[in-house]
Amino acid sequence: MNWEPVIGIEVHVELKTASKMFCGCRVDFGSEPNTNVCPVCLALPGALPVPNEQAIEWIVQIGLALNCTISPQSLFHRKNYFYADLPKNYQISQFDIPVCSGGFLDVVLDGETVRVAINRVHQEEDTGKSIHVGGGGRIHSAEATLLDFNRAGVPLVEVVTEPDIHSPAQARAYAQQLRSVIETLGVSDAKLEEGSMRFDANVSIRPQGDQELGAKVEVKNMNSFRSLERALAYEIVRQTELREDGQRIPQETRHWDEEAGITQGMRSKEGSSDYRYFPEPDLVPIVVSDEQRERIRSTLPELPHERRARYVDFGLDSHAAWVLVSGEDGLAGLFEDAVGLGADPKQVAKWLTGETTAYLRREDATIESRALTAAHLVEMTGMLAAGKLSASAAKEVLTGVLDGEGSPGEVATARDLIQMSDGAAIEVEVDAVLDSNPDALEKIRSGDMKPFGFLVGQVMRATSGKADPKVVNEILRNRASQ
Amino acid sequence: MSYHSLSDASAALRDGSVTSRELTDAALDRASKTEAELHAYLTLDHDGARQSADAADAAFAAGRDSGPFQGIPVAIKDNLVTRGIETTAASQILAGYIPPYDGTAVARLKAQGAVITGKTNLDEFAMGSSTENSAFGPTRNPWNTNRVPGGSSGGSAVAVAAGSALVGLGSDTGGSIRQPAALCGVVGMKPTYGLVSRYGLIAFASSLDQIGPITRTVEDSVAALETLAGHDPLDATSYRGDVPDFRVGFDDGVAGLTIGVVRQLSGEGFEAGVEAAFRRTVDLLSEAGARVVEVSLPSLDVSLSAYYLIAPAECSANLARFDGVRYGLRHDGPTVEEMMTATRADGFGPEVIRRILLGTYALSAGYYDAFYGQAQKVRTKVIQDFEAAYEQADVLVSPTAPTTAFEVGSKTQEPLSMYLSDICTIPSNLAGDPAISVPVGLDDAGLPIGFQVMAPALGEAVMFRVARAVERAVAFEQRPPMLEVWS
Amino acid sequence: MPIDIDIAHVARLARLGLSDEELSGYQAQLGVILDHAARVQEFDTEGVEPTAHPLSMVNAFRPDEVRPSLDRREVLEQSPAHEDGYFRVPPHLETQ
Ligand SMILES: [Mg+2]
Ligand SMILES: [Zn+2]
Repeated sequence: MNWEPVIGIEVHVELKTASKMFCGCRVDFGSEPNTNVCPVCLALPGALPVPNEQAIEWIVQIGLALNCTISPQSLFHRKNYFYADLPKNYQISQFDIPVCSGGFLDVVLDGETVRVAINRVHQEEDTGKSIHVGGGGRIHSAEATLLDFNRAGVPLVEVVTEPDIHSPAQARAYAQQLRSVIETLGVSDAKLEEGSMRFDANVSIRPQGDQELGAKVEVKNMNSFRSLERALAYEIVRQTELREDGQRIPQETRHWDEEAGITQGMRSKEGSSDYRYFPEPDLVPIVVSDEQRERIRSTLPELPHERRARYVDFGLDSHAAWVLVSGEDGLAGLFEDAVGLGADPKQVAKWLTGETTAYLRREDATIESRALTAAHLVEMTGMLAAGKLSASAAKEVLTGVLDGEGSPGEVATARDLIQMSDGAAIEVEVDAVLDSNPDALEKIRSGDMKPFGFLVGQVMRATSGKADPKVVNEILRNRASQ
Repeated sequence: MSYHSLSDASAALRDGSVTSRELTDAALDRASKTEAELHAYLTLDHDGARQSADAADAAFAAGRDSGPFQGIPVAIKDNLVTRGIETTAASQILAGYIPPYDGTAVARLKAQGAVITGKTNLDEFAMGSSTENSAFGPTRNPWNTNRVPGGSSGGSAVAVAAGSALVGLGSDTGGSIRQPAALCGVVGMKPTYGLVSRYGLIAFASSLDQIGPITRTVEDSVAALETLAGHDPLDATSYRGDVPDFRVGFDDGVAGLTIGVVRQLSGEGFEAGVEAAFRRTVDLLSEAGARVVEVSLPSLDVSLSAYYLIAPAECSANLARFDGVRYGLRHDGPTVEEMMTATRADGFGPEVIRRILLGTYALSAGYYDAFYGQAQKVRTKVIQDFEAAYEQADVLVSPTAPTTAFEVGSKTQEPLSMYLSDICTIPSNLAGDPAISVPVGLDDAGLPIGFQVMAPALGEAVMFRVARAVERAVAFEQRPPMLEVWS
Repeated sequence: MPIDIDIAHVARLARLGLSDEELSGYQAQLGVILDHAARVQEFDTEGVEPTAHPLSMVNAFRPDEVRPSLDRREVLEQSPAHEDGYFRVPPHLETQ
């Protein structure tokens, strides 16, 4: 049987407001534990929440960027569950009327576009952080839990998709492209390593063609795009094996263990959770007027898909355009600057999405930490066009520039990579080769092209590879036709 | 020396005939004589009170006058957090807890230079109508110490009635200011929801709770509300408009006003003495020129049921924070879950546990629509009924409670019968409207009877005007007999 | 209508560790109260919107401004147990 994976993704995005969602404590992750806390975020008796206006403005931005409907009036609810890092033992969240609902994000994967439907985007608050100590620090053997509430109450926006995703690769592409939207909006640090963006996935499988959804398993604790993809791949295989084996998949929450590369069930005394949602009586409804919504819409920056379309108009293929828009930070900026300075868009895109990206991954570096500038790109692509660099030399030059050895011209000179493209000088070399191989020219003139490549090789050898092969070809053809 | 009211004392402080220190010592002295029998206070802050009194006297000497509460001894219900003073809400789960901040109402009083005498007893987390549900022992009624003082703000009502404070702060979720005021022969008022910030009030039921004053006179109630009311950016449900002028027509009497007598709030369950005093007062208002009409609140009966779903539902979430993690009591256990479970079972008293269970059930999967959801719709009906009634009358009146103070221990075994005693006061909480209780006499057993005046939202001015007329017409001047011994 | 309450489940949701006797006591009391409370169901609320709140206010927000936090020492002093600036609690059970 063919099994179709059905995946829905919930992404929690921490907003980078100056203060928390419901109190004036600073949002700052470098602080000493429990120093950014107050009666509200510690849930001291008598304290009351007051929502942060900036957070509401930003969730509307996110909703609009994801093509959502903005509710004219929405409500906060209390989501009740006991957990030591949740000070009130309820989370202020949204339930039946979130700020944003019913949107979509077009995801490009391998040149194809898949539309992922967004069910809702809602506003809530983060929990504190637990550290498990004693017994080697592993959760199951911890002897105590230490709690830091600096993160408690940091504004979170939760973006929930419909179960519209059908492969781990799609899930990854969705998550990456969502991150790029959030980043473009500038409303979050959107750093996975720091937990400012976190993913949960609901996974089930069903016989290909079935419409009904299988029992859904919630997978948690994926903290990189790669682990999201791996965890989903693992989970799909696990569920498929169980089903093939005739077993039922229990609805449960599973934890991704990055090191072991497996998902594990969470043992919990509580059966299915019962969050007892009810309208938060300490807060009043949120009303977003048409004017306010349109004002926010008018201030949206150019979104990734719009930018991608513009890059395609520059002549880039959609994959290259996408990599520039959603790839390593800062590439798109360099691209635009270089094109602004007159460089050939396709060439610049090629070097940025190819060699530069490979370099950054290899070195685990950011573009900001490297010396490459737009002017360098203009210079390098100019040298290539003028035949002063071969493609392989250009790679070396680019590496040198990224390593901080200087401008492309300086690196090429220092590393002796400048190509001979001066026709007169190459002619001298060509004629010397022809002089020592008189038969070859005769053969070519009689229509036998076999020695042509040999002659080019000889010239390249004589010039230690620095002659521009294009020019060498041209001169040889000229001589042959004389 | 004794001053009848805040306004008397305030005038005396300003003409130099008394100092705040003298007033404060008198209040503390009264407490030291009465507390063994009454137990109005959980904490008396002798040192803090005297320091504040001296500071107030220094301010007067320097010609600074921050308002009517400067130098006035005020008792604070112990569910209002006070920086540096133990605040327990009468619960074991908060025994020893010292808050690091002042609630807004307390801060407003302090800003005027009020003297905080201490923290008064209440039903644990304000859940009750008798102040018997305190983890630290019940409070007794000064009119008869075998009787309850009402609740949950019983401690503040008793402190004011007994003279160990001139003004008491209380909180009113279903009548918790008005009913003890009625049972203790003092004035208690619940403002329009949102008029007084709830910041710093340990929440029982957030959509119903309001802080209000317990005073000896209606004039003092106005002065207190003028001090307490106003927008607070720390409370998202705080009213943002201009605070209305509560004194419009204050001394104009009731001529030209229409008084609506609520048909459903009489008859079965209402004591004869209570009914008689109520009727007598209505007649006095009529003689004073008011037009008296009968109005109906058809949803009143079912409103009690709605209240006993909504309040527990909200409390079940509001009290979830008491878990032994960050403050208060902890009963240790091998896991954090067991620690929480043991802490909460040991830290909360039976009435609190009962309401948490009730609210948890009413919100739980499968029951929400039938209970909580339906109760919220009944709430809409209550509001609509009030709106219709206010088309016929400027204010509505009723007894504050169906009975006078009942005997200690007589209802503790029957939660439902205790709940039913709040029938007169609960509707105003559901509607968010203001209401006040004014003493209008004693029953045959010598126990006080309260008369309730209800008004539409932000209708405090007309409510005070009628209450003032009642106060004048009735001229209730008796004091608890036990006080004679010490005066 | 008889109201059947899974009192142990409700107590578990509310994190109240009650003995069996306590549970059955509360179960009986809740039954009486809920019988009365169930009268809300007899009331005709056809077409009536729920009121969660007596105020018709909307949009009560605060500006995104940082306000002073509490002094950590003062906060931790009130806690049953703390260590190195953290609140300390017994371990969680839930994960394997
Ligand atoms: Mg969430
Ligand atoms: Zn805070």
